[in-house]
Amino acid sequence: MPFREGPLGDLKVPLTWTAAVALIVAVVIAVAFLLADRRETLQQQAYGVTRQTVDTVSKPVSGVIAAPGRWTGLGVDFVSSYFFTASENRKLKAELREMRGYRDMYLAEVDKNQSYRSLLGLRTDPPIPMVAARVVADTRGPFANTRLADSGSEKGVMIGNPVMNERGLVGRVVGVARGASRVLLLTDIASRTPVMVDRTNARAILTGDGGPNPKLEYLRGVDPIKEGDRVVTSGDGGVVPRGLPVGAAVKGLDGRWRVVLFADDAAIDYVRILLFKDFAQLADQKALLTRSLPPVTTEDPDVSILGPVATTPKPPAQAGAAPTAAGATPAAQATTTPATAQTTAKPPATTPPAAKPPAAATSPSAAPKPAGSKPATTRPAAARPATAAPNGQPAGGEI
Amino acid sequence: MGGARPLHPGLWLGVPALLCVLATVVFAAPIRVWGLQLPEPVFAMVPAFAWALIRPSILAPFALLALGLFLDMFWGGPTGLWGLSLLVAYATALAGRSMVTGQSQPVMWAWFAGVTAIAMAGGFLFSMLDSLAMPSLLAVFWQFLVTTLLFPFAHRLIDRFEDADVRFR
Repeated sequence: MPFREGPLGDLKVPLTWTAAVALIVAVVIAVAFLLADRRETLQQQAYGVTRQTVDTVSKPVSGVIAAPGRWTGLGVDFVSSYFFTASENRKLKAELREMRGYRDMYLAEVDKNQSYRSLLGLRTDPPIPMVAARVVADTRGPFANTRLADSGSEKGVMIGNPVMNERGLVGRVVGVARGASRVLLLTDIASRTPVMVDRTNARAILTGDGGPNPKLEYLRGVDPIKEGDRVVTSGDGGVVPRGLPVGAAVKGLDGRWRVVLFADDAAIDYVRILLFKDFAQLADQKALLTRSLPPVTTEDPDVSILGPVATTPKPPAQAGAAPTAAGATPAAQATTTPATAQTTAKPPATTPPAAKPPAAATSPSAAPKPAGSKPATTRPAAARPATAAPNGQPAGGEI
Repeated sequence: MGGARPLHPGLWLGVPALLCVLATVVFAAPIRVWGLQLPEPVFAMVPAFAWALIRPSILAPFALLALGLFLDMFWGGPTGLWGLSLLVAYATALAGRSMVTGQSQPVMWAWFAGVTAIAMAGGFLFSMLDSLAMPSLLAVFWQFLVTTLLFPFAHRLIDRFEDADVRFR
């Protein structure tokens, strides 16, 4: 039975009121979505399946739409290179002459750098693997600045990976789907990146605001920055590796320090995603799992709180006689705690014999006590003579 | 007999919404000419303004909500931001419907600019509350400016459907 022929057929509801009710319901739903949004947390759970699906669908569609523009750009480049070959050749020759000078300087600096590294024993970070990706969509409004790249989880891309182009840092990955990843640009209002001024090492937080030049906030130090200073990532917090080029400092119209991004000088259609998650991946995991810890020495090179060197303290008599050695006495006593008693099992060859006269000879109070007075495991290491038994076992071990 | 049939919602709601989605995707292409990128107008402002003037509807707010959610997903912004902003614009246009209808094109353009400004101000406020940071006023202004230039499409939509449904003549 049609609705108009039913008992409610004559019911007339004002259209404006029903539209207003529908509007209110829609507003409530929108507010609920906005309150439930956790985009600013930049976590995998916050990204959600819906966004992943939209990215997966958008990638081929946007890729097809972006293709004519890319082809046009390549065609224009080809034609312009054909017509401007002679002038470009002259320019390249001039650049080559200049670069030869830089090359010689570079080789000399590399040599010097290697010498310094070997002298200082400096350990540099290993290279970070990266994935090339093509940008298929680019949003640049005031409330969202993101790009959609065509490499995703199938290539090992993870949330948090930094993204660069050939000139500098672009942003970082905030969403990953199969075949696509969403890159939050440095200019986005939710973007916060720890950076430093290359010249002064002054730290700051690069804060996006939807405009082309993000702000430098929480800038610390006295006169930390000046116009044109190079800004790089600081690596603080482990979000991005240290030293990635970001941009040059400029004073904004609002009086704040801002950054002109190096990445804006390059083409926007290709990026490199650094497969960097945190600093733990840069370290040698086998080396981290090793059980032999290096000795930690105090002011007195003979005293250690961990290594076997520390097992023999200064004789108490000397500590009492010389005021300068008094400070070492508590540390020396600390080494005689039961926790370090196990170090008595170490071969005595590791302890310098000359520096450790028998404690019993200098202080009777520190002489070995009878076996029945205290368990052997709680005996201070200083109670045993430094002259070990010939078989390598500690002299006091049998007590 | 064709003019006597009621207007199907797909024609005045579905088709413009799809065109908005398509235009948004096209304008998100990563193209830069002489260092300049394509502008990023909010195409969904066109139906948000026009649908309120054509006639009050139950479906239009939900269609706008869906459009806004698409914009948030596609642009990577906070979910609900554009849905709420578009609904604020729609509510404003609906409230001023009796004053706008029948006005000349320049006056309607001014109204469109005003409604767009309210939507952008809403987006600015909601974004500030969501991210606890202030968006760039200059960037907001640029988007407002390019969105305002879309009024001819809104005018065409209003002209096409304002008197199209025989039940509302």
